[in-house]
Amino acid sequence: MANLQSSFLGIKSPNPFWLASGPPTDKKINVLRAFEAGWGGVVWKTLGTQVKNVSSRYSSLNFAGRKIAGFNNIELISDRPLDLNLQEIREVLRLFPDRAMVVSLMADNDRVSWHELVKRVQDTGAHGLELNFGCPHGMVERGMGATVGQDPDIARMIVEWVMEVAELPVITKLTPNVHSVVPVGKAVVEAGSHGLSLINTIQSVTGIDLDTLIPNPNVGGRSAFGGYCGSAVKPIALKFITTLAQDEATCLTPISGIGGIATWRDAVEFILLGAGNLQVCTAAMLGGFRIIRDLCDGMNNWMNEKGYRTLDDFRGLSLPYLTRWEELDLNFHAVAVISQERCIRCGLCYIVCEDTSHQAISKVDGHPYNTYQIIEEECVGCNLCSIVCPVIGCITMKEQRKGSEYLNWQEFQERGLPLSDH
Amino acid sequence: MALQKNRLSKEDYQESFTELHPPFEYDEGVMIEANRCINCYDAPCTKLCPVKIDVPLFIRQISTGNLKGSAHTIFSSNILGAGCARVCPVEKLCEGACVFNLLKEEPVHIARLQRYVAERAMKEKWHLFERKASTGKKVAVVGAGPAGLSCAHALALEGIDVDIYEKEEKAGGLMTYGIAAYKVTPEFCREEVDFIISIGGIEIHLNKELGKDISLAELREQYSAVYLGIGVGMTCKLGIRGEELEGVVDAISFIHDIRANGYPAVPVGDRVAVIGMGMTAIDAATQSKRLGASEVTMIYRRSRKEKPCTEAQLKVALLDGCSILWLASPKEIEGDHGKVRKLVCSKMKLGDPDPSGRHTPVETGETFVLEVDMVIKATGQIPYTGLLTRSSIRTEQGKIGVDDHDQTSLPGVFAGGDAVNGGKEAVDAVRAGRHGAHAILAYLGIG
Repeated sequence: MANLQSSFLGIKSPNPFWLASGPPTDKKINVLRAFEAGWGGVVWKTLGTQVKNVSSRYSSLNFAGRKIAGFNNIELISDRPLDLNLQEIREVLRLFPDRAMVVSLMADNDRVSWHELVKRVQDTGAHGLELNFGCPHGMVERGMGATVGQDPDIARMIVEWVMEVAELPVITKLTPNVHSVVPVGKAVVEAGSHGLSLINTIQSVTGIDLDTLIPNPNVGGRSAFGGYCGSAVKPIALKFITTLAQDEATCLTPISGIGGIATWRDAVEFILLGAGNLQVCTAAMLGGFRIIRDLCDGMNNWMNEKGYRTLDDFRGLSLPYLTRWEELDLNFHAVAVISQERCIRCGLCYIVCEDTSHQAISKVDGHPYNTYQIIEEECVGCNLCSIVCPVIGCITMKEQRKGSEYLNWQEFQERGLPLSDH
Repeated sequence: MALQKNRLSKEDYQESFTELHPPFEYDEGVMIEANRCINCYDAPCTKLCPVKIDVPLFIRQISTGNLKGSAHTIFSSNILGAGCARVCPVEKLCEGACVFNLLKEEPVHIARLQRYVAERAMKEKWHLFERKASTGKKVAVVGAGPAGLSCAHALALEGIDVDIYEKEEKAGGLMTYGIAAYKVTPEFCREEVDFIISIGGIEIHLNKELGKDISLAELREQYSAVYLGIGVGMTCKLGIRGEELEGVVDAISFIHDIRANGYPAVPVGDRVAVIGMGMTAIDAATQSKRLGASEVTMIYRRSRKEKPCTEAQLKVALLDGCSILWLASPKEIEGDHGKVRKLVCSKMKLGDPDPSGRHTPVETGETFVLEVDMVIKATGQIPYTGLLTRSSIRTEQGKIGVDDHDQTSLPGVFAGGDAVNGGKEAVDAVRAGRHGAHAILAYLGIG
């Protein structure tokens, strides 16, 4: 039986799933419901400077008849009184002492404000602090949130202020609205941040109402860039986490993985790329706190199947496989194989190969069903056909090495080997 | 008991004749269904569509919210796209070919999606086609059925002025008069005709019968070309004793009367035998039951495997409570005071296959008797041979003979649809009408 217990920077929780700082962790009533449903911990919605929120706040990207492939928000940090938030945090801590309680912070950009906020929050008995250097809307215009996370010097300075008074584990939450998270990640780790969390949301415009011509979300006839999140951003989050997990300066710093985690599969992937634990927001907003059940159950069953007893057993196991392009083996070659038994004759593989790839699929017309087959000598093994095929296991990739030995690009050039004839 | 009108109350008639395949109730259902389609390439559904509607395209257009584009895709191939969505035997055409069948899953409900778009276009009177400027040429179309309407629309589009002559008091042909009322309603047929002629340049002259009110010679004189979409006539004779008895009716006129005169006015027996197993036989049997007959027996001389109707159509008949006697052929109808009392049938067995591979039924020598008061004949229709002979048009086994360009033996006289093919689906007539229109345009040197 696998054990999902998690300890992130010494903060213990019965499972690795925390609700990320956001609308579901804004107040006691929600957080209590989340803990009753089984969530391992929360990062309480960001406290700090004074804000006022707008209406409406959310919009989404729908895809192929399904709603919400991606989600976007322009909600700011908590707009409730600080005292009320602190009081509720104390109450929740008393009712659920076994769950992780981390509080997200964003003070005005001065040392005194940060000191005061850190101290007041520590007073509640919370288990950790998360510094919000990631919010990409609203706060940015005031020089806060993602603006901090985009400048290693400012980020370093604020973390230093925090560390002067911090008595709890400190996590710094990073923004993906940068070409690389490594410089800021390095700076805050050097300044003393115990852990990192990422990604925050990505600046975005999800769409435009084609009748009014007003982009979403519509706030009284105008819109603003929102923070993109939800399943669509997972690939970007995985990439950013990997860059930190592979960098010398940050590879030993625990990372709390955030960004598009909606299923236990996503969660396992984050851990395989080095995440210490997981934070979820959008999926819980859209599916309710009840999704925790399958998140835990699915991960547990997968671990049992694979023989992993604890999260540490598989943490980071996929990292060595992610390398630089230059190190890929040019002698590796695969060709697609279409199972004639499984094929439903939809022709999708054929048309993508014709229009995009290498015309490596033959079509023999039938009435009404055509027969499609791979022309092996033309196939470059690009995967496109197997990606579009609607039938599980119908198109597989068969290894057909070009040479037995490993051959990377540098060596390829050195040997003066011929380029592709395709 | 005997043939009787007014068997049911008004409410019961309505209940009996509600639609077989209802439309989508909500737009959400349309989107869910449209998004089930995986948009096959060189799609099997399109391949089996007689008019080759680009099904993946029109469904994709629904899913992107481009409904006008979707309607244009449908109507460009089939101007009777709305009616055909209701009456096509889709289980053996587009939906029967859907690749989901190969996964043993429900095919995409192509016909319901087509119906949704086509009816929306009709209801909201979308202007999808722009008629070219008049060429000054005039063409006469005889018959306002699917073939004639399709031909007229394609001609009008190219700037031809078309006069359609129709012998009935309503347009639509078999769509209006020959198809079960639970598939299409008379109002629907009228709306569809209105939609088709809304392109302009088409005038329909009702109650004008060829050979009676108008002559082919006159039409040839007054018009640049003539298109005959006259369909086929009454059901073939059984050629057995007792066929003249009261209570022996022709399936085509039976269905026609339901559509023309309304449910209560059509007499139906208490125990009805229907001869034949095509779509018309199914429509006659199921409607007899719905009009209040207590027992309906369908009689077919071959076995289930050879039946001309589809399995889905057969299921409708079975669900309606009709019984089926396979391998049975009518031998004699016995009467009493001139009215049907009994149907004597021969038990058949399958003999050797004919050149097409179909087994010929042969008598076993055994017979049995059905106590019935009505016999409906639905054994295929015969062409208007008299009319054609008088017009000196060359015929082939009673059907109008045409060359590769749909032209008959009379120059400038074209033909298509059931009158040429002997009787197929409405969608086949639509295709024929379009094909004929293009032949006429080429003949007139247009386009």
